[in-house]
Amino acid sequence: MSSLERADVARLAILARIDMTDDDLDRLSGQLNAIVDAVATLATLDTHDVPATSHPIPMANVERDDVIEPSLTPAQALAAAPQAEDDRFRVPQILGEEA
Amino acid sequence: MTNLTYDDAVRDFDPVFGIEVHVELNTKTKMFCGCLNEFGGEPNTHVCPVCLGLPGSMPVTNGKAVESAIRLGLALGCQIRESSRFARKNYFYPDLAKDYQISQYDEPTCFEGSLDVVLDDGEVVTIAIERAHIEEDAGKNTHVGGTGGIQGAEYSLVDYNRGGVPLVEIVTKPIEGMGARTAEVARAYVATIRDIVRGLGISDGRMEQGSLRADVNLSLRPKAPDAAAQSAVPFGKRSETKNVNSLRAIERAVQYEAARQAELLLAGQPVVQETRHWHEDTSSTTPGRSKEQAEDYRYFPEPDLLPVEPSRAWVEELRGTIPEHPAKLSARLREEWGFSELEMRDVVAADALVLLSDTVAAGAAPQAARKWWLGELARTANEREVTLQDLPVTASDIAELQGLVDAGTINDKLARQALEGVLAGEGSPAAVVEARGLVVVSDDSALEAAVDEALAAQPDVLDKIREGKVQAAGAIVGAVMKATRGQADAGRVREIILARAGVQG
Amino acid sequence: MTDWIRATAAHMADALAAGEVTSVSLTQAHLDRIAAVDGDVHAFLHVNADGALETAAAVDADRAAGVSLPRLAGVPIGIKDVLVTQGLPTTAGSRILEGWIPPYDATVTRKVREARMPILGKTNMDEFAMGSSTEHSAYGPTHNPWDLDRIPGGSGGGSAAALAAFEAPLTIGSDTGGSIRQPASVTGTVGVKPTYGGVSRYGAIALASSLDQLGPCGRTVLDAALLHEVMGGHDPHDATSLRSPVPGAVAAALEGASGDLSGVTLGVIKELGGEGYQDGVKQRFEEALDAARAAGATVVEVECPSFVYALAAYYLILPAEASSNLAKFDGVRFGLRVERETIERTMAATRAQGFGDEVKRRVILGTYALSAGYYDAYYGSAQKVRTLIQRDFAAAFEKATVLVSPTVPSTPFKLGERIDDPLAMYLNDVATIPANLAGIPGMSIPAGLAPEDNLPVGFQLLAPAHEDARLYRVGGALESLLNASWGGPLAGLAPELATSAGEAAR
Repeated sequence: MSSLERADVARLAILARIDMTDDDLDRLSGQLNAIVDAVATLATLDTHDVPATSHPIPMANVERDDVIEPSLTPAQALAAAPQAEDDRFRVPQILGEEA
Repeated sequence: MTNLTYDDAVRDFDPVFGIEVHVELNTKTKMFCGCLNEFGGEPNTHVCPVCLGLPGSMPVTNGKAVESAIRLGLALGCQIRESSRFARKNYFYPDLAKDYQISQYDEPTCFEGSLDVVLDDGEVVTIAIERAHIEEDAGKNTHVGGTGGIQGAEYSLVDYNRGGVPLVEIVTKPIEGMGARTAEVARAYVATIRDIVRGLGISDGRMEQGSLRADVNLSLRPKAPDAAAQSAVPFGKRSETKNVNSLRAIERAVQYEAARQAELLLAGQPVVQETRHWHEDTSSTTPGRSKEQAEDYRYFPEPDLLPVEPSRAWVEELRGTIPEHPAKLSARLREEWGFSELEMRDVVAADALVLLSDTVAAGAAPQAARKWWLGELARTANEREVTLQDLPVTASDIAELQGLVDAGTINDKLARQALEGVLAGEGSPAAVVEARGLVVVSDDSALEAAVDEALAAQPDVLDKIREGKVQAAGAIVGAVMKATRGQADAGRVREIILARAGVQG
Repeated sequence: MTDWIRATAAHMADALAAGEVTSVSLTQAHLDRIAAVDGDVHAFLHVNADGALETAAAVDADRAAGVSLPRLAGVPIGIKDVLVTQGLPTTAGSRILEGWIPPYDATVTRKVREARMPILGKTNMDEFAMGSSTEHSAYGPTHNPWDLDRIPGGSGGGSAAALAAFEAPLTIGSDTGGSIRQPASVTGTVGVKPTYGGVSRYGAIALASSLDQLGPCGRTVLDAALLHEVMGGHDPHDATSLRSPVPGAVAAALEGASGDLSGVTLGVIKELGGEGYQDGVKQRFEEALDAARAAGATVVEVECPSFVYALAAYYLILPAEASSNLAKFDGVRFGLRVERETIERTMAATRAQGFGDEVKRRVILGTYALSAGYYDAYYGSAQKVRTLIQRDFAAAFEKATVLVSPTVPSTPFKLGERIDDPLAMYLNDVATIPANLAGIPGMSIPAGLAPEDNLPVGFQLLAPAHEDARLYRVGGALESLLNASWGGPLAGLAPELATSAGEAAR
């Protein structure tokens, strides 16, 4: 498992949408590398024929019927909105584009 | 804009294309919550903690959506995975309430299919389908300020009504070997998907409403002397064009992109692998904003949902509900109806196959159905700039209308007037006929009176008829029709005139 | 005159039913206690005085009118601030949700209301449940009532401290890697993590979706059982919730109270003991085993070799899932917004300001673990370790009725002692994490005070999935035996807290 460079952490911070100062990045790289080293023990384990467990209690086909349930009113939905306009959530200019 | 044409491009290069189609399912409720799934609606009136992405909320799968997705996969000849999981596609965007989309990644419910597509001239091409997977839609951003588009906007407003609506994304494999017909095939493929989803009853399939969306991928590679050599040539860099909102735009976008890429390649410049946007007004594509870094979606299995494991027995049961492939349906109906190939092609091109079929099922003769839908109604639809399906008249209306004509209650001209009334929302054909008094007058005494009145105004007609100029009767028929506002039984009027002249008709 | 705040919830419920006390006076007594001590303890982030008294009054009125009421009606309760409560602030211990008033109730909140229990308020926690000491709460730490300079455990330190300080007879916690059991251990109280899916997660602000469980906290095993039966059950809003019936926790606890452990085999997990475990912790653990033997239990050792990988697997799975679960805190629909010229910059500035260091650390770690090219090595292989851990548990449960270990390697450490060393902090969870990875239920009961520092030690019991009742039977028995040796419940031995009359908790 590779160790994290400061540039890697900076890239991850962008992916995770968290602003970081240079100090933050320095501090975080150190701490993260320590953790990454600690979890590196997993690399010593041979698990190639072990299936992954994503749900601790195995279940399948849990579904709901196509039946309407009550929605929130726009007032309730927007009550906590940092900014709202015309019953919609207002956000500053979007730089990127829909994926 | 390019100076090269599509024809130039496909002469010098071999196009490879792929299409991603998003089908919006017409379930009553959203994919992971019980909010109403409905087009339109006042902003943020169909939202709840789940589709709003509020802290603590959790998704629960809509079983009907899964069923529709499986049926669609079966109609596309896909295999249905025995166990498939949802996955989170993680990215930040204001219209994505949780800042991840619940989709499917390496375990799509439907995979490895193929679809026969019939082109206008009857040729059939087979499109290999990679997968059809289930996912949820995002909300809608409206950009304010600037030109209303995303560039130069001051701010945006987000409506989450559409957030969480069920989607099935169908992805083709890269399709090679279509050559000059690539643009046509791309369009025909999407049209076929549209017919299928409508035939299955799982989606409105309306591109203009966004319930059917297509992204077009295209790349060019140098032409090789034969098919075998061609397959060995590696694919070029591809562009992905979004915002392609109609069948016509699909064809045009492929043509434009092929020409654009060919021009670059011929000039020795590289084609950039990128996302582009189609602009209907200029019939061209422009590049999307370049991204600072490639998006890494960090897919992982959705821990809040359980795997979808449709039993083989249930899958077979669903297979029994799949209607005929549109091309097979079309061929069968053509034979049943006795249409010529050209007539049938017109019907399919006008997207009227299902309408005609329903009209015939409601009792009309096929040719009559065709006459109405491809004639008067097609004209009206064109004028109003809507599709035939949009018109406020149903197949059973038309069957009823034709029935009235066949029964002699109204004639063709009156039928047109009745149709106007139906389109204006005045009611069913029978109701309009009654309300407007459009019944053909075949009461002899009334007709005789009208004939006599007309003859009195044109006394020389009877003489002319006696002299052998039978066609002179036409003037009287015309006058009578005019006087009765078209409601006279023209045939009977003619008989009366001839009888007055003492001549056999 | 009964000092009601020191009574058990069971006793309160019986007294209410018998008309010996009103819910209003009971609730008021607890609100007074909160006002008196919470300035020092800081277990509560929000006190719901009016709402609690309103509920209490309505219960009293219904009782007087002869309306049939649920068993715990009128018994007050505190709720960890990870649970969404309509109309009451819900912060998850974070500044990014400061002032957020949810428009809906969590399923468990709804059940508490249906049980007619006055909600005293929301208890303190490590931010987004990430932590083992409640020092990572953005609103200041909670102090252990046994020694105010020490941690109350985490992430649910508030819920545990509230019990130990007699501010509430019952509280609700959440446990992702030990956040109910570890605080129980260091505060001398009882905490239970149900089988995964046993309690609905709808409305519990998610940390790691495949590990999180809400659970009951009380001062006794019976009290926890009573609350467990209120909280548990299938919820159509949580696809991962179990369809099986709620465990018969109360019956099991009552059965266990006799102290008879004949026929029960306790499996001591070899890997969860020995080096790294404080002497006093080991001593009390052994003494508890002796008491069990004397009551008829057999004690065997079991080996779970994959447990040495549990911490690593946990600190990959949790951050990965958390990084995705916390993406929704983006300043768009709710919570803090730090406005910038573009939404991208707004999101990044909001999260930078709104999230604390531990949260940022884990979000970045999780983003890394899931990123392209690293999935198989990190998240993917961690999920395989879960399978190995489940297999080890399955094999161990063939040999024992329940598996046991000390809950935490140490007694509560001092505030500030481990805050700068994340890895040292993570070691708190080494004994509790395996149960979350496997989805099996676990319980911590008080095992006494360590002789070297007179601070609480916890005894952990683990049962197979769906066998939560087993914990209550064996735990209840052990509790009886140990209480007998102490002359009463351990909670009664906690030092008296200085009271500041009239000072209201925030």
